[in-house]
Amino acid sequence: MKNKYSIFSLIKNAFSYHENWEKAWKDPEPKKEYDAIIVGGGGHGLATAYYLAKKHNMKNIAVVEKGWIGGGNTGRNTTIIRSNYLWDASAGLYDHALKIWEGLSQELNYNVMFSQRGVMNLAHNLQDVRDLKRRTHANRLNGIDAVYLNTEEVKKFCPIINTSQDIRYPVLGGTLQRRAGTARHDAVAWGYARGADEMGVDIIQNCEVKGIKRNGDTVEGIETTKGFIKTKKIGVVAAGHSSVIANMAGLKLPLESKPLQALVSEPVKPIIDTVVMSNAVHAYVSQSDKGELVIGAGTDDYVSYSQKGSHDIVEGTLNAILELYPIFSRMRMLRQWGGIVDICPDASPIISKTSIKGLYFNCGWGTGGFKATPGSGDLFAHTIANDEPHKLNAAFNMNRFVSGDLVDEHGAAAVAH
Amino acid sequence: MFLINCPFCGEREQSEFKAGGEAHIVRPKQPTELSDDEWAEYLFMRKNIKGIQFERWNHVHGCRKWFNMVRDTSNDQIKAVYKMGEKPPVK
Repeated sequence: MKNKYSIFSLIKNAFSYHENWEKAWKDPEPKKEYDAIIVGGGGHGLATAYYLAKKHNMKNIAVVEKGWIGGGNTGRNTTIIRSNYLWDASAGLYDHALKIWEGLSQELNYNVMFSQRGVMNLAHNLQDVRDLKRRTHANRLNGIDAVYLNTEEVKKFCPIINTSQDIRYPVLGGTLQRRAGTARHDAVAWGYARGADEMGVDIIQNCEVKGIKRNGDTVEGIETTKGFIKTKKIGVVAAGHSSVIANMAGLKLPLESKPLQALVSEPVKPIIDTVVMSNAVHAYVSQSDKGELVIGAGTDDYVSYSQKGSHDIVEGTLNAILELYPIFSRMRMLRQWGGIVDICPDASPIISKTSIKGLYFNCGWGTGGFKATPGSGDLFAHTIANDEPHKLNAAFNMNRFVSGDLVDEHGAAAVAH
Repeated sequence: MFLINCPFCGEREQSEFKAGGEAHIVRPKQPTELSDDEWAEYLFMRKNIKGIQFERWNHVHGCRKWFNMVRDTSNDQIKAVYKMGEKPPVK
């Protein structure tokens, strides 16, 4: 049993200069065989392992990660959490995640710093207004909190926004989901890793998958840089590298991997206490607890695994930010980075079995996977343990690209996630 | 960000171009004969290679012509550029 984190453990460890904290997770060598292996130690993968152990009593499992846990897109996103999606299937999926977020710090005994500061989506033309109003109604029918704000209400909720009607893309209104917000991205990975490790899950870092061994249509194990590991069930949660893993098993996925960029400014005093997103001009911004503005840009349109992006994408985003927030005109940007996101043709994820027995994929989260981390893990664990999808992820199967029953959230979500 | 040697205009910034996805996907000659699986393969399934990839690009802010490119997607290095209908100069 791990030591519980509390004010008392904090005081106790203060006496030893915080040098004797117990390790949050072990660093084991892989065993010869596991009941299930999760490929990818990001938030989604670690959450999957956590729920497999907790809800489905699968303790002899491992998470293999080619780098360090949370070092991929989990540590590269803009930490926005919301569930105001248009279609019923998406609303069910993302609100399931949001409900878990609301109690996650307590459940994990790890402060994920979930902050329900609200997410506002802006409308800049009449079509935006119609789309956002429609989405507000759809959200309410699905039990998701949503309100439509006019220009004055937008200004009141976030006073630094330039609501002049003379700018190129004036603010005509917006939607607000008050339950939405942000969380500390690293803490999510670390919290789930600690929780999974406590239940006996092996978290194996610096262990890259090199091949998937099959016997006919059944998986037998994985080849890794730390040798062969036998297993009957493989859950792949490899984000931008999903197609690379699929290729090892002889599968083709409907994905394209593209760089998505984000950047942060120098830290300043609190100036924006919510998250504001705008699809039309493609800019979204929030402020971290350290005081940095966290700004999300768009994806490049070409396939790349380079974790870099094009300069003009960042330039376009900053142009939009400056028009909406003239107050930031002399801010300096501190860091910029790219993550590789795997995008489905319908901009919805895949949480699914495959044509190969024992091989499962959780991918295609594209530009908006962070918000779904707990729900994605929970539903993927259910799918792996029962070899059947949960009703909330049934629509997100691989077969929808054959049947044509897509969950088209491109544009329908009114934001670029 | 990288430079692209348009076969018609010469070297220009990548921001002048639009990526058109994987190249050499042949449109089905008999669309009515195709099964749902074959349609899915043609419409949606992509190699999405990490490494040498063959792809289509369009010089949208230039000559507006389509052409093909061989690019290493792991580091964005362009290996070759060739016109539509031509055979790829590298394997």
